[in-house]
Amino acid sequence: MSNILNLRHSVLPGFRLSFGITLFWLALIVLLPFAALVYSTVGMGWDGFAAAVGSPRVIAAIRLSFFTAGLSALINLVFGFLVAWVLVRYPFPGKRLVDALVDLPFALPTAVAGIALTTLYAPNGWIGQYLAPLGIKVSFTPLGIIVALTFIGLPFVVRTVQPVLEDLEKELEEAATCLGASRWDIFRRVIFPATLPSLITGGTMAFARATGEYGSVIFIAGNIPMVSEIAPLIIVSKLDQFDQQGATAVALVMLGISFVFLLLINLIQWWAARRHGAR
Amino acid sequence: MSIEIRNIRKQFGQFTALDNVSLDIAAGELLALLGPSGCGKTTLLRIIAGLEKPDAGQVLFGGADATHTHVAERQVGFVFQHYALFRHMTVFDNVAFGLSVKPRRERPSQEEIRERVMKLLKMVQLDWLADAYPGQLSGGQRQRIALARSLAVEPKVLLLDEPFGALDAKVRKDLRRWLRELHNDMHITSVFVTHDQEEALEVSDRVVVMDHGHIEQVGRPDDIYEHPATPFVTQFLGDVNLFHGRVDAGQLTIGSYEQALGQHQDADGDAAVAYVRPHDLDLTLQAAGALAQGRVEHIHAVGPVVRVELQQADGQTIEAAVSKERFRALGIVPGDTVYVTPRKLAVFLQEDAGQQDYVI
Repeated sequence: MSNILNLRHSVLPGFRLSFGITLFWLALIVLLPFAALVYSTVGMGWDGFAAAVGSPRVIAAIRLSFFTAGLSALINLVFGFLVAWVLVRYPFPGKRLVDALVDLPFALPTAVAGIALTTLYAPNGWIGQYLAPLGIKVSFTPLGIIVALTFIGLPFVVRTVQPVLEDLEKELEEAATCLGASRWDIFRRVIFPATLPSLITGGTMAFARATGEYGSVIFIAGNIPMVSEIAPLIIVSKLDQFDQQGATAVALVMLGISFVFLLLINLIQWWAARRHGAR
Repeated sequence: MSIEIRNIRKQFGQFTALDNVSLDIAAGELLALLGPSGCGKTTLLRIIAGLEKPDAGQVLFGGADATHTHVAERQVGFVFQHYALFRHMTVFDNVAFGLSVKPRRERPSQEEIRERVMKLLKMVQLDWLADAYPGQLSGGQRQRIALARSLAVEPKVLLLDEPFGALDAKVRKDLRRWLRELHNDMHITSVFVTHDQEEALEVSDRVVVMDHGHIEQVGRPDDIYEHPATPFVTQFLGDVNLFHGRVDAGQLTIGSYEQALGQHQDADGDAAVAYVRPHDLDLTLQAAGALAQGRVEHIHAVGPVVRVELQQADGQTIEAAVSKERFRALGIVPGDTVYVTPRKLAVFLQEDAGQQDYVI
């Protein structure tokens, strides 16, 4: 315990320097803003905090945010896995193009995505006009929010699962086939468990991104209070009304809930990693 | 179960992996497919397993055509060079896999599976690792688990693709002997692929030497070693010295050295190559009746034999292996000139020896 920074002698120099810079950087970029958030909330007192966060409109918004983020992450898990599977397993013309297409939600400014989606799904839009007679409203409903969040979350799942599927040895499947396993058995018992950790990681990232998403959602959501108003919008509108403390209070609650979710998912991942045994 | 391979052909693009290969494997035999990389041995093994489809030809299992039988129904056990264990399953679950994916009607009960898996794990002497994950095992342990897993479904045929290729020398030797013993106990028809001639010769009942997509020679290990049928087999099975000469009506002439051969009676002054293994060369200090002479370059005296490297006048190197006693009696030191006489030669006429000098 004499010196935790010098536990192991390494031929690579500069551990202390790089470790110091890392700590400083993390503090500056991540910890400091959080600290400011907490600090400015503490100033408003318990009653002020409860009033800012406890209103039905805020609670509905927070609930909506996490609900839609969770659902879109689940949708992305299923279809993201499928996309990754197809991209890895099958050769087809235009494969590189499709592969590049997956990154589009990363690259596109989110507001552009929001406007594009609204144009498509509005009751008079390209897709919306066919859905409207069926009684399905996408724009200006929670469904619209899920569509937008699914759009922006897709690349997270695809890009984390894809390399794992690529690295999966062909021999594993051949070994399973020789042992008499069917295609379904091989998928269920060999391929899926091997990709599960990457699925959890990708799903978590998609979920985390979706909870904070603003740009692409506000256009398609319509922002009807109690129905399709997301928590980030509440924060922005509170800021617009110069209610900075109220905004930070909502932000802190979002942060706390996100933190609990991420912690839970990390626990699951840790458990999954243990099942894989020491590498 | 016996295996018959009939006129198998396999092409990968422009590359011919197997060119009209036929082979009979007797029931209960342990057969080695030996050859350099790219000779087609692994492709042949994978075709027997059904992991690869031949372009032409047939594979018969116990006399019945299995060419189009799916891998899952062929009842073959396959062991991969890099083990291919399921990393997310315990050792127990890995071995139990084949039993647990059986259709419900044929699947043994939980206790029965447990009993059979533990029996297999005992057989590979790793029952104490049942709850470990593959990542926690050494290479040799992993390969034994892979073997136990393939045996769990009681295959009719056991196929091993370079099973010891990824292991270090000591473990490899142990596992070799162990595989031999296992085969003696179980008598399951087994085919294993290797590029290591020592491994093939030591473990198997019969060796099939392959090169460039065809079979060069099939035979018992001692037979192949003593009577190689082609220059390729001669060179592939171990170190050899080459001597160029002529054969006329069964009489070999290399420089001033002459010897009557029991073969090549109809040769008419044909160019020939004589191959002599280092331990079939004797060193003498007399010039009379010598095959060649050379200057002593190096002496490696580690181990039971002394390897002496000679340089001929034309720059060619000769390697001879003599016993310690013989070496002491000769009393040679680097720089001396010594003569070599062959105890045993393998002579091939140039027409079939000409194509390549194989470097291993």
